Order: sequence, then C-alpha cells, then structure tokens
Amino acid sequence: MSDRRTLQIKQMSAHPGPIPGEGVQRDYDVCKLIDTTTCIGCKACEVACVEWNDMPFGETTFDNTYQTMPETRWNFWNLIKFNEHQREDGTIQWLMRKDQCMHCADPGCLRACPADGAIVQYTNGIVDFQQENCIGCEFCASGCPFNIPKFNKTTKKVYKCTLCSDRVGQGLEPACIKACPTGCLKFGSKDDMKFIANERAHQLKENFGYNNAGVYDPQSIGGTHVIYVLHDATNPEAYGGLPSNPQIPWSYTIWKWLAKPVLGTFALFGLLGVFLHYVMVGPRRPQPEPPIKEATDGNRG
Amino acid sequence: MGTAVERFDEKAHHAFDKIGQNHVYKGELLRHRVYTRFLHWMVALCFFLALFSGFGIYLPWLFRWFTPIFGGGALARSLHPWFGLAFVLFFGLQTLNWIRPMMWTAADTRWMRNIRQVINGQEKLEPPDTGFFNAGQKMQFWEIVAGCVIYLITGIVLWAGAHVFGRLTIAVSYVLHDISALIMLGGIFIHIYLSTIGEPGTFEAMTRGAVTEPWAWTFHPAWYKEVTGRDPKQAYEEAARAGRWEDPR
Repeated sequence: MSDRRTLQIKQMSAHPGPIPGEGVQRDYDVCKLIDTTTCIGCKACEVACVEWNDMPFGETTFDNTYQTMPETRWNFWNLIKFNEHQREDGTIQWLMRKDQCMHCADPGCLRACPADGAIVQYTNGIVDFQQENCIGCEFCASGCPFNIPKFNKTTKKVYKCTLCSDRVGQGLEPACIKACPTGCLKFGSKDDMKFIANERAHQLKENFGYNNAGVYDPQSIGGTHVIYVLHDATNPEAYGGLPSNPQIPWSYTIWKWLAKPVLGTFALFGLLGVFLHYVMVGPRRPQPEPPIKEATDGNRG
Repeated sequence: MGTAVERFDEKAHHAFDKIGQNHVYKGELLRHRVYTRFLHWMVALCFFLALFSGFGIYLPWLFRWFTPIFGGGALARSLHPWFGLAFVLFFGLQTLNWIRPMMWTAADTRWMRNIRQVINGQEKLEPPDTGFFNAGQKMQFWEIVAGCVIYLITGIVLWAGAHVFGRLTIAVSYVLHDISALIMLGGIFIHIYLSTIGEPGTFEAMTRGAVTEPWAWTFHPAWYKEVTGRDPKQAYEEAARAGRWEDPR
C-alpha cells in the first residue's frame, strides 16, 4: 500500500503497444475481513485499538453480557458486540461481532457533512475524519447507517475508527489485525479479502452445516471496506444490530443535490424580481404624484 | 388575544417611549412607536446573523467566505442556534405586539384578488378598506410566524443531534429547516425592496416612527381615516387640486 502505484506510467508519448507495468500491480483498495465464526471474543482488538490510538481506557458498563460497553464511544472505536441468539430448535448461539467504522464506499457521514474537508475518503477506501476542519454539527451521525461517529462534548468534534490510516500509510496493518490471536481478522486488498471471505462462507456451508453462511458487504452503500463472514448472512440484525440494508437518508442525497438549484432559484426570483420591478414598473409613490408629462412624438424613446 | 397580552404590550410601549423618542413633524402621522421599532430591528439583526452563520452550513462550496465573520465554521455552528433562538424570541414578542392588526379580514381577501394590479403599478391608491397592514404584509407576517415554529422545532432537533432524536428525524428536520430559510430568504428581498425604494417614504416609519399624510392616505387609507377622522379620498383630491405633490425623490 505504499506510493509505488503513483509512479506507475499512465500515458506515454509516441509509444507503440501497451504501457509497461500497466495492470501489473493489483487494486490498492484496502479491506478488513472479520470472520465472526472464528472470533472468540478475547477483546485483544479492543485493547490494541485503545493502545495504538493512545486513548485512555474509560469506564466499562456491565449489563449481564461480556460486552465492554453498550456502544462505541468517541475514544473507544472498536467494540466486540456479544449477542445470544436463540435458534429455531431452542438452542443458543453466542454471536460475537467486532463493531467499528465500516469504511463505506459511499459514506453517509461524508455526504451529510457540511464542513469543507472534515471528512475525507482516501483512494485506498479509508474514510477518515479531519478534526481540525470539523465544525461539530453531528450531521455525520445521522448520515451513518452503523451508528459510528461519536461526539466529544469537550472538544466539540466527532471521532471514529480511522482503520489505522497512519499505520496503513506506512505499509503496516491496522492495530486490531496485529493483535488478533485467532486469525479471524485479516487485512489486504478488497479483492483478496472478498475471495477469502467467499471461500470461508463456502466452507461453512459445505463442511459445517451453516446453510445461510455468507459475506456481509452491503451493496446499498456501494460495498464496505470492512466485510464480515456471518454464520447467517440472511439475518445480520442478530449480530448486535447490523443493518441488512443500510441506507443514506434522502436528505443527504437528493436534497443536498437539489439545494443548490433551489437556492439559486429563490435568490434569483427574489433579487431579479425586485430589481426588474424597480426598473420596469417603478416604485409606488404616495399620491398625488407630479403630473405625468404628456407623450409626444419626440418622447417615445 | 387576551387582555393580559394587551396589558403587557401597553406596559412595554410605555417603558420604551420613556427611553426613546418618536419624531413626528407637521403633516406627519405616528406609525410605529419605540417598542415596535426596537423589536423590528432586533428581529432584523438576529435574522441576518442567523442567516449568514447558517449560509456556510447550508452550502459551504458557495458561502464558505461567510464563516470567517463568525470566527470559523465551528464557532458559526455554535452561535447559529443562539442567533436563531434570539430571532424567535424577538419575533415572538413582535407577534404579541402585532397579532391584532395582523388578523385576516374580508378586505384582505379582496386585496389579494387584486394583487396583479398592485404589482403592475396600475393601482395608484390602495382600496379604501386597507387598514394598518395590507394583505401582503399580513401574508409575510404569518409566513414568518409559521417559519419560526418550524425553525424552533427542527432547530432544537438538529441542535440535540442524532443520538437524541434518531437519524430519520434529523434527516427530515434538516430539509424542513432549509426550506423554511429559503422561503424567508425569498421574502426578505421583497420586504427590503418595498420598505425602501419600492414605496418611498416607508423606511422612516421604522426609523423615526413617522410617515407623511399622503403616504398614509395612499397606502393605508382606512388607517388614515381612523387616526385623522378625515376621508382619505377627499384628502387626496384636495391635495391634487391644490397641486401639492410629494417630492418624488
């Protein structure tokens, strides 16, 4: 994931045939693969995230599960959600899902954000918040289908998982990946991770009897750069509220696009309207006015 | 409206008349007292502060140059709800002050049917039943009342954020807040135009508080009759016969 790619030649003068090196290097979209079927809930990823990002470990909340707290916080970006799912035969299945920013290909937070440069998406797919440009309006939170951006009341800025963009930029894998002891977390190009995820889902179907096993990579938001292998891909909600069909509100898609022409129309009608009225019809004066000069042939112009 | 509101307004008018002054010269009529003018200009100030601080949030690609006025985007966002709250507060007081003359009447319905002639400038004198406010002013007033209610509800929702009211409520409030602002933006051009160069002589009603008698019998004849006891049509015709016309400026 280094910058070698930027020096790949794109066009060449007076050169016959294909460009040397073209298509040799693979897609540089990064992706995190989370295999929920091999997660043991050890929370090493939670600790690694807090350690690498140098965040203090806050208070935990005990609510009769192994879960550290109900949802992620502005300084706790990586949370394993523990869910007890009752199967049709009455037995209990313990589901563990590492919850964090999904790094959507079409990020709702970025669409919702009204601050120039506060949310960026790198060409490798990572969606990152630039706190120095954040105005603290929290619109991103309403744009996000996964309830990820969290507001810090003191700094009045919003924070979330960066997919360790600082590590990835140096060719390292994210901290959570490095800490995972079971190998349920993997990191690489999107194509590779999708390939491994599909292989694993196939294996679960064929060898372990999980007939609904599948990969979670929701296409309603153009796919994500964090994908899951689920025992039951038809019911992602069972994994602590993972939406089966995540959506960006229409106010951030249709309205934000409409707002520009609509504003132009209102401003144009208002300003141009009164200006043209003034120069064409003229003001209404208190009556009586001075008598109107009688029109003559020389006065038509 | 109850008499409690009237008593409150009367007290406020009385108190403000002690602080400020109404400069009414010979041949003029008192239109807006100090309290009304104070409220109007506080509403105007808060409106533009809220408008300009909101511009940068509404369309940053076009209006980003507004945000440095308020100390940057973050501060503009922090101040905007307070400007808005002050706007709603002052306009709320103005609503109490004006609710009686702003009540819709049958004469207003007739006025609206005739609006084409008004815009075309064919109607030199307002119909004799046009009172303290005409139907156009009343429409704008009630639009702002409705707008303030929408601003207040959706504004509090947007202020509190998605973790309090949920994603969908924010998404809907955002659009309603924008539309309400756009309608008022369209209205403010018309308001400023008509109160300055569009109908000369109007602006001083909100500065000194006074208007000339010809202004009153031209634009608000029923009100002219109410305060002077003279017939506006007759007063106009006498002035026309005497050749006393206003300085056209």
